[in-house]
Amino acid sequence: MIEVKNLHFKYHSQTEEVLTGIDLSIKKGEFVSIIGPSGCGKSTLCLTLNGIIPKTISGEFSGDVIIDGINTKDREISEFSRKVGMILQNPESQLFAMTVEEELAFGPENLAVPREEIEERISWALSIVNMGDKRDEFPGNLSGGQKQRIAIAASLTMKPDILVLDEPTSQLDPVGKREVFSVLKELHEKEKMTIVLVEHRTEPIAELSDRVIVMNKGSIVLEGTPREVFEKVPLLRELGIMVPDISYLTYLLKEGGYVKDIALTVEEGRRLFI
Amino acid sequence: MNSIDVKNLHFTYPESKEIIKGINLSVKKGEFLSLVGQNGSGKTTLAKHFNGLLRPSKGKVFILGEDAKNSSIAELSRKVGHLFQNPENQIFEETVFAEIAFGPRNLNLPEKEIEARVDKVLKTTRLSKYRDTHPLSLSGGEKQRLALASVVVMEPQILVLDEPTTGLDLLSIMGILEIVKELHKKNVTVILITHDMGLVSELSERVVVMGNGQIIGDGTPKEIFANDELLERASLEPPQIMKFSKILGLKPEVKVDALYKRIVETL
Repeated sequence: MIEVKNLHFKYHSQTEEVLTGIDLSIKKGEFVSIIGPSGCGKSTLCLTLNGIIPKTISGEFSGDVIIDGINTKDREISEFSRKVGMILQNPESQLFAMTVEEELAFGPENLAVPREEIEERISWALSIVNMGDKRDEFPGNLSGGQKQRIAIAASLTMKPDILVLDEPTSQLDPVGKREVFSVLKELHEKEKMTIVLVEHRTEPIAELSDRVIVMNKGSIVLEGTPREVFEKVPLLRELGIMVPDISYLTYLLKEGGYVKDIALTVEEGRRLFI
Repeated sequence: MNSIDVKNLHFTYPESKEIIKGINLSVKKGEFLSLVGQNGSGKTTLAKHFNGLLRPSKGKVFILGEDAKNSSIAELSRKVGHLFQNPENQIFEETVFAEIAFGPRNLNLPEKEIEARVDKVLKTTRLSKYRDTHPLSLSGGEKQRLALASVVVMEPQILVLDEPTTGLDLLSIMGILEIVKELHKKNVTVILITHDMGLVSELSERVVVMGNGQIIGDGTPKEIFANDELLERASLEPPQIMKFSKILGLKPEVKVDALYKRIVETL
């Protein structure tokens, strides 16, 4: 679904490359989380996945990003915006319409999707984000979590195959965070969507992802299942990444020979002691 | 003498609903208190009364024993430093040095003392090498340390941190917390407003839970996080370690090290 080959990128304003040779392939339906310290290149990598880099943000770009068999260098950005939905940190920057319905209709209307199908897509998207009752609401009146869910729904009405989310909950309170993560879980499990999530809290990553990618200084330094990655506690600490508390506790217990494995969730931790 | 005494505080914004509905709270000198609760529960509104940004609609606020109504915001801000969520909103000078020196200059301190104070704070916040740099060219974590430096340079006895770590990565968060811990050791009273229950358990001696403009819980992190009914009411998620110690049937713990010890002792 996504193939990244020997990708290098340098912003014109900077002296050093921000991506220093990334190779990555993501399968259809996979949930991949990317983690790493500020400035490691994770947000830049996201921007290459729908062609914003190099099409809109230019710089020194080499290597290939191939989405569903098509190289991002070869086509216009508008083609990829249908395939790859992009959700950023601050939902406010993505909302502009007077009602939720108008917000969701905007994308498909621009693609000249027939009225009836737009209607269907809106109802479907609102039911996924669990906001069917907010159709006529002014987006400005919604809570942070609700706004971010509307931004996700707006992206869904384009029927993308892939959803890329760059720290979608960093500005939200715990209730909003939970709301957004449960939508991602639903999209992954029920809609079989391919999801790329940049996130710095490891608890939701451990719970949701099939695979975790750790970046540092523009390259991938570690990747694997959440279990394979979160076992490497000392390396992650060096990078300033804290594994979930339950994983850290069970890591210590495993090192001491008290349990066989590390746990990713509290429920898994319970099973270690049965 | 307490750092802060809030007596029967009510607050209503003009033409709006009541936000603070009768709060009584005393904070001792040198205490590290976390203020938690859902968005809209009134945490920030309460904290803005500590430095006079807001004034009570009813009730009284005493800072270091004195009724806050008799002091201007400028006077209160010498006693109560306030660090907000978005550091960019607090940055306006051309160099890091000038940014930090802004507050002390307004106190009309002699230039020599200003320089000494700023250099000392640059050291504590590990920003010395950026003394002559333009603040906006700093990274997110550095900007937040700069904003903190500008507050600390006024040598406040009370420090209010309103979601100081939102949007920062872990290394930047640790950088900020190290500085805050140092200040707390020097007997500065710290009020931390945060959604991060990990930080709350790690740092604070006391947790005050707000809901709908009132205080609905007040205790140590262990007491608060063991109270399921309260957490439910405040929409708070207990830390993993608390959940796990309960599942194992052990005495409630909130820190990894403490629970590790307890498990090893039991096994």
